[in-house]
Amino acid sequence: MKILRTIGLLLFIIGFGIFSGIFFSNEYVLSKEGLAQHLTEKQQLLFEEKQLEHGKIYSNSFAFTKFLQSVMEQVNNSLLQDLTPTEQEINSIVQHNQGLTFSLASLDQVYNDSVESEAFKKSNFISYGNWLEGRAFNNEQEMQEALQGVANNIAQYGIVSSKGFDQYKSKYLLYALTKTSAQGPVKDYPYWMLFLTFGLSIIGASLYILPKTSMEPPGIKNNGIYHNAMSNKGWLGILTGSYLILFYVFLYFYKEHMTSWILMVDPISMFLKGQPAGEFFLYGFLYTLCILVMGVRMIIKYRHSRYQVARTISVMFFQTAFAFLIPEILIRLNQPYYDFKNIWPLDYDFFFDNELNTLIANGNLGLFMIGWGLALTIVAVPVGVYFFGKRWYCSWVCGCGGLAETLGDPYRQLSDKSVKAWKFERISIHSVLVFAIVMTAGVLYTYFTGSAEVVGISTYKIREWYGAGIGAAFAGVVGTGFYPLMGNRVWCRFGCPLAAYLGLIQRFKSRFRITTNGGQCISCGNCSTYCEMGIDVRWYAQRGQNIVRSSCVGCGVCSSVCPRGVLNLEVKDEKGRLNQPSLLGNDSFKN
Amino acid sequence: MKHIVIVGNGVAGITAARHIRKRSAYKITVISAETKYFFSRTALMYVYMGHMKFEHTQPYENNFWEKNNIDLIQDLVIKIDNNKKTLTLQNNDSVVYDDLILATGSVPNKFGWPGQDLQGVQGLYSYQDLQKLEEKTPTKAVIVGGGLIGIELAEMLLYKKVEVTLLVREKSFWSNVLPSQESALINQLIQKHHIDLKLESELKCIHADSEGWVQSIETVDGTNIPCDFVGLTAGVSPNIGWLKDSDVESNRGILVDPYLRSNMANIYAIGDCAEHRTPPPNRRPIEQVWYTGRMMGETVAATITGNPTTYQPGPWFNSAKFFDLEYQTYGVVSNVLQAGQKEFYWEHESGNFCMHFIWNSADNKFVGVNSFGIRLRHEVLDQWLQKGARIMEVMEGLRAANFDPEFFKRHEESIVMAFNAENQNLAVKLNGKKSLIEKIFG
Ligand SMILES: Cc1cc2nc3c(=O)[nH]c(=O)nc-3n(C[C@H](O)[C@H](O)[C@H](O)COP(=O)(O)OP(=O)(O)OC[C@H]3O[C@@H](n4cnc5c(N)ncnc54)[C@H](O)[C@@H]3O)c2cc1C
Ligand code: SF4
Ligand code: SF4
Repeated sequence: MKILRTIGLLLFIIGFGIFSGIFFSNEYVLSKEGLAQHLTEKQQLLFEEKQLEHGKIYSNSFAFTKFLQSVMEQVNNSLLQDLTPTEQEINSIVQHNQGLTFSLASLDQVYNDSVESEAFKKSNFISYGNWLEGRAFNNEQEMQEALQGVANNIAQYGIVSSKGFDQYKSKYLLYALTKTSAQGPVKDYPYWMLFLTFGLSIIGASLYILPKTSMEPPGIKNNGIYHNAMSNKGWLGILTGSYLILFYVFLYFYKEHMTSWILMVDPISMFLKGQPAGEFFLYGFLYTLCILVMGVRMIIKYRHSRYQVARTISVMFFQTAFAFLIPEILIRLNQPYYDFKNIWPLDYDFFFDNELNTLIANGNLGLFMIGWGLALTIVAVPVGVYFFGKRWYCSWVCGCGGLAETLGDPYRQLSDKSVKAWKFERISIHSVLVFAIVMTAGVLYTYFTGSAEVVGISTYKIREWYGAGIGAAFAGVVGTGFYPLMGNRVWCRFGCPLAAYLGLIQRFKSRFRITTNGGQCISCGNCSTYCEMGIDVRWYAQRGQNIVRSSCVGCGVCSSVCPRGVLNLEVKDEKGRLNQPSLLGNDSFKN
Repeated sequence: MKHIVIVGNGVAGITAARHIRKRSAYKITVISAETKYFFSRTALMYVYMGHMKFEHTQPYENNFWEKNNIDLIQDLVIKIDNNKKTLTLQNNDSVVYDDLILATGSVPNKFGWPGQDLQGVQGLYSYQDLQKLEEKTPTKAVIVGGGLIGIELAEMLLYKKVEVTLLVREKSFWSNVLPSQESALINQLIQKHHIDLKLESELKCIHADSEGWVQSIETVDGTNIPCDFVGLTAGVSPNIGWLKDSDVESNRGILVDPYLRSNMANIYAIGDCAEHRTPPPNRRPIEQVWYTGRMMGETVAATITGNPTTYQPGPWFNSAKFFDLEYQTYGVVSNVLQAGQKEFYWEHESGNFCMHFIWNSADNKFVGVNSFGIRLRHEVLDQWLQKGARIMEVMEGLRAANFDPEFFKRHEESIVMAFNAENQNLAVKLNGKKSLIEKIFG
């Protein structure tokens, strides 16, 4: 058994090592097909012209993207040079407006429509300078200055965005060109690579996890958790955390460097949805895999508790079916991508105009999806929480919760239990909720009025801030990257706006509570230590008080680890839920 | 302002301090030698086994005491002079009190065995014991005494892969408390965990090597067992050695009246160290468990703050865990069935669950229950015991008494069926209906 586990661990390390190595495994040669696919003919010509070292092989994505960036910059510069109205031309326009009154007609004299670049300059001048039409100037110099201003605006806004590579386009091209230009083992032997990475890792992990069943009897086995470098913020934990943080930074902000991993899952993506993979397919695939493999571990670890087994199977199911397979299959069927269990405000872009428009454009199914999403937020959340507590979502359905309860289980004890952390938590999570509501209100305002600004702030900017700050940095980088340092529910506890919403209802209108079993608590502290939400469960238990906390996700682990059978997650009549602290057994105070 | 001084910052002393603070603005000082801050000694094993860090055993944050204006002094009290109402401390200036609460807990029993103070011989009670244990991991250990702490110590050592021999004086594990059926169950469990369980085996003496470390032990029947560690867990006694020369009257513990007052009007004793002159009904004079210390603390706080209250614990209850097997007891289940009592014992075929009910044969009044592997609801059991419910009512109401988490396998139906088969004259029908979950999952 021990040998099997050692082999498993080894295989896992090898698989994981190969996976990590693949990040660096590709070489890059600028691919003609890639250029043809993503660039206009003109751009291709320019690109070819500026790229001096044809066929050069770049050994890594960093060098390659640097090269791409410099070429794009040169293309942009040369476009600017060619297409910005020159001083000479401006002077000439001035000459053609002898009466010191500007007329657009004068442009015909300067620019020749049959020369393409001149036609472009002229049309740009018309769009950026038409407000000057008929304007009278005091002298030539004034007119010249005004026209120069127009030329500057053209240079700034009118050339790169339509002919060259602006910020968004170049970001996208970096990714797309890197992916098509990659050469290396993942491209040549994708199936082999899939096996050597995911295959080996899964086999290894299984060999490591499964023998546990016969090695020790069922029951709580937290032995050594605080003696272990992985689960006690030791070097392994710090390393793992750094790896995860880097992963998320690349995923959200520098996906162009992840193309070798994305290429590797292309075959799976083609199989599932008939399209090549993007970075979020890779992410979804990895995510689901982690939940499944670590879910099996979770089930084995808590196999004496049918509550834990049931809810782990539940999160594994919802992740695999609802978050991963169904949306991809919808795409294969030419339907909009939709995760039927994602709920606004966690699903913060649900009300974004492009999302709504896509759904509306998709007829009945799209409309049903809109209705479904609204019903989840308006009906399912309050009703579900009233009858079962927020756990129905947070530790039975949710994907973030699913990852926290499986991949994150080894780190649950690292959550901060201090009163200070609790105070911070209340401020931060409710601020995010308010932020999400304000952001969505702005988005809807724009959707219905068409006006992009509210009190001088662009609603597009607000959603961009939310997406980068909350959606990517908080939920991803901090939320998961900090598992090994701050526990597995950092996002759920401090950031998730849906958790805040569910929690408010759980606190004030619900049948759910954790019951304390009379006077049996011995204040040992297992419950508080293993509460992933940082709730000081013992504080309540040792006073004989029920635990009614908005943050409790009902994972049930406090009840599982309690050595004296003190805690039980219950749904009962609301009466008596917020009981006064009183400890059964001391009759000295009965009157 | 009245100054209340409490000696001992265990659960008894600390509960008293907290409740006095809730009820008054008195000056409160807690003096204790072991650690500065209150911690839960019941969790020592979890620290050793890496389930927790020591800081997790402290139920209150360190700034709690200052916030609540409770002064802490870490020091040993060596003398009481109640005429001058003064305590002499080992390292600090002496402290003057108005009222004094003694909550000094227990010390592990040592019965004068030759070699009991050798290196590598220790009990498991204090923070210092834990530190000593962590200093050096033994390879072969003998644990003397088969009680709750003994089996915890065994489990701890197993975590470090130490070979463990458990010496038990009785015929079966903890058989001075548990009925034979449950005791047998635990015997099996101990052996299943590869502990060498030696029943009817008593320690005679401990032998040292040339450096003063334990080398082997010898039992009364002459067996020699080599070992490099001996755990002494043959019970605990009130920690009152230092009071012997004082005016505070004591027997095995500090003698107290129902108000928890000693023979001195302004000195009280609570927790493990107190011995009740007239124990409450169905209770023993000294009860060394967590919750009794806590309840005495609550009670004495009322008395001291001008609300004289007698200590009246309700029906007895307790709980423990043997490896993975949870144990709870409510009411009185003696190790041998008393005259005039009847019993019903049910055990699941897996040996992972059992229940043992006791009632009076004359009036069928329910007396107590032991439960292994099934959690019971204290509130319901307490009510039954207080109002003198009949065994039939208990059997009928088993569903409501269950405290297991959702989805857990329920055993009430099999238990009642077995009960009815054995006691046809008392046959009952189980109250309540199966929940949906129970219908689906059993
Ligand atoms: C390993 C272990 C496991 C246990 N498990 C359980 C369990 O599961 N359930 C249960 O109900 N009970 C359990 N108990 C028993 C329970 O812990 C005790 O009954 C309880 O802690 C007693 O509390 P106390 O406040 O009376 O005394 P203590 O907790 O012993 O506190 C007394 C304090 O007073 C200090 N002190 C003593 N004399 C002096 C002096 N002269 N000057 C200064 N300070 C002094 C001591 O250093 C000590 O810190 C367990 C005990 C142990 C050791
Ligand atoms: S509720 Fe259970 S786990 Fe929590 S402190 Fe009390 S006895 Fe320990
Ligand atoms: S209180 Fe218990 S059930 Fe709630 S989150 Fe914490 S450990 Fe989970």
